[in-house]
Amino acid sequence: MISSKTTFMGYRRENGRVGVRNHVLILPVDDLSNAAAEAVANNIKGAIAIPHPYGRLQFGADLDLHFRTLIGAGANPNVAAVVVICIEAGWAKLVVDGIAKTGKPVTGFGIEQHGDHDTIMRASKVAKEYVQWASEQQRVECPISDLWVSTKCGESDTTSGCGSNPTVGSAFDKLEPLGVTMCFGETTEITGGENIVADRCATPEVRAQFMKMFDRYQDLIERHKTSDLSDSQPTKGNIEGGLTTIEEKALGNIQKIGKKCKVIGVLDKAEAPTKPGLWFMDSSSAAAEMVTLCAASGYVVHLFPTGQGNVIGNPIVPVVKLTANPRTVRTMSEHVDYDCSGLLQREKNLDQTGDELLEVMLRTCNGRLTAAEALGHNEFVLTRLYESA
Amino acid sequence: MIHILVHDKKDTVGVAVVEGIKAGQELVGWVMEDDSTIKVKAANDIPIGHKVATKDIKKTDTIIKYGFDIGKAVADIKIGEHAHVHNIKTKRW
Repeated sequence: MISSKTTFMGYRRENGRVGVRNHVLILPVDDLSNAAAEAVANNIKGAIAIPHPYGRLQFGADLDLHFRTLIGAGANPNVAAVVVICIEAGWAKLVVDGIAKTGKPVTGFGIEQHGDHDTIMRASKVAKEYVQWASEQQRVECPISDLWVSTKCGESDTTSGCGSNPTVGSAFDKLEPLGVTMCFGETTEITGGENIVADRCATPEVRAQFMKMFDRYQDLIERHKTSDLSDSQPTKGNIEGGLTTIEEKALGNIQKIGKKCKVIGVLDKAEAPTKPGLWFMDSSSAAAEMVTLCAASGYVVHLFPTGQGNVIGNPIVPVVKLTANPRTVRTMSEHVDYDCSGLLQREKNLDQTGDELLEVMLRTCNGRLTAAEALGHNEFVLTRLYESA
Repeated sequence: MIHILVHDKKDTVGVAVVEGIKAGQELVGWVMEDDSTIKVKAANDIPIGHKVATKDIKKTDTIIKYGFDIGKAVADIKIGEHAHVHNIKTKRW
């Protein structure tokens, strides 16, 4: 049972935010810098590179989102220090300056006029200093109100709506009164349940903002679809698991926001929330994209309910996976952090599974590796808004 | 043993929560809303996670789950029959 007296052991960063991991990140700004970033991470034990395929000739809102996501990933309190590598020194500086606002150690390198070898050598020297410095950082006792918790479900089936999603909802209902900062999203997967979310919005202004984001995504789908979208939503895996329509999927999806939580605001992709409570983030429903956006917004732990079985992890935030599907527990046990299948046989109720999930989450925050971390799942996926210039 | 789970009393379908349901099997259903029990005879084999009609449903009827509209029937569905993409379609997109 959690209460306002519940604490966890975290890393309090220079800006006051609390992380639950202590990563030294080697951050490539663009696709061309991946090789150097990965070489630095290979040289220095404990440093992690997060390669990705984008960053060249993006423009406008798409470029803004690219920078916001990279700066957010570096600024996340789960990250102790950052080495930024970019083909051009100017953009490395832009990302460094963004991350430096947190007060954490960060240094940038441009590859042009140096080449990979010289860049890798200089960046490795800095990364070594950072790893040694980070290894001396100590966990301290922090109130639960310092936690930022995000959620998104994936490879859902009907058991998600019966068990694992309402278990997250029960946990969120317990966290909200304690001043925890939370978030959900998946704009298209709310289709069919949008009025339920709208009715949960705390004010008419938030409701209007939510409906504007929802309607914008619906327009996008209408503009680009080549069929009734039944090949994508629900997915083949969803249909295999028994989900028939997007409405059914959505009603299961929104069980994650519990029965009581109010939606206090809406966030653009990778935008940081400004106060505790439950936020809606306008986002894709693709698992790795959404978890990456949550990490970039500053969330430090992620609750991921699944039905058919998802394997996702993230390099910045621990992803705690839970399922109520007894077949998934049997066939994919190495990916399951919490088994709530007892709910479906009336052996447990949502109050119990919510408590048990929070216990697993707090052990994870205190340092226990998730299944995905132990298995090396590091999915870091940037969201693109449109084609490059 | 609970074989199917029904969210709301108004629902017209339930979800199989055990593996290996066979045609002809008597199914015990748990209605979560009021903690009541229903019985339905399976007309088809039902994979875990898939839906079974808990009431007779006519073509064009709205399918109710969680107490809400989840789509429309595109064929008649008799009580106990497998209810999925072959006889239910979305009303969106």
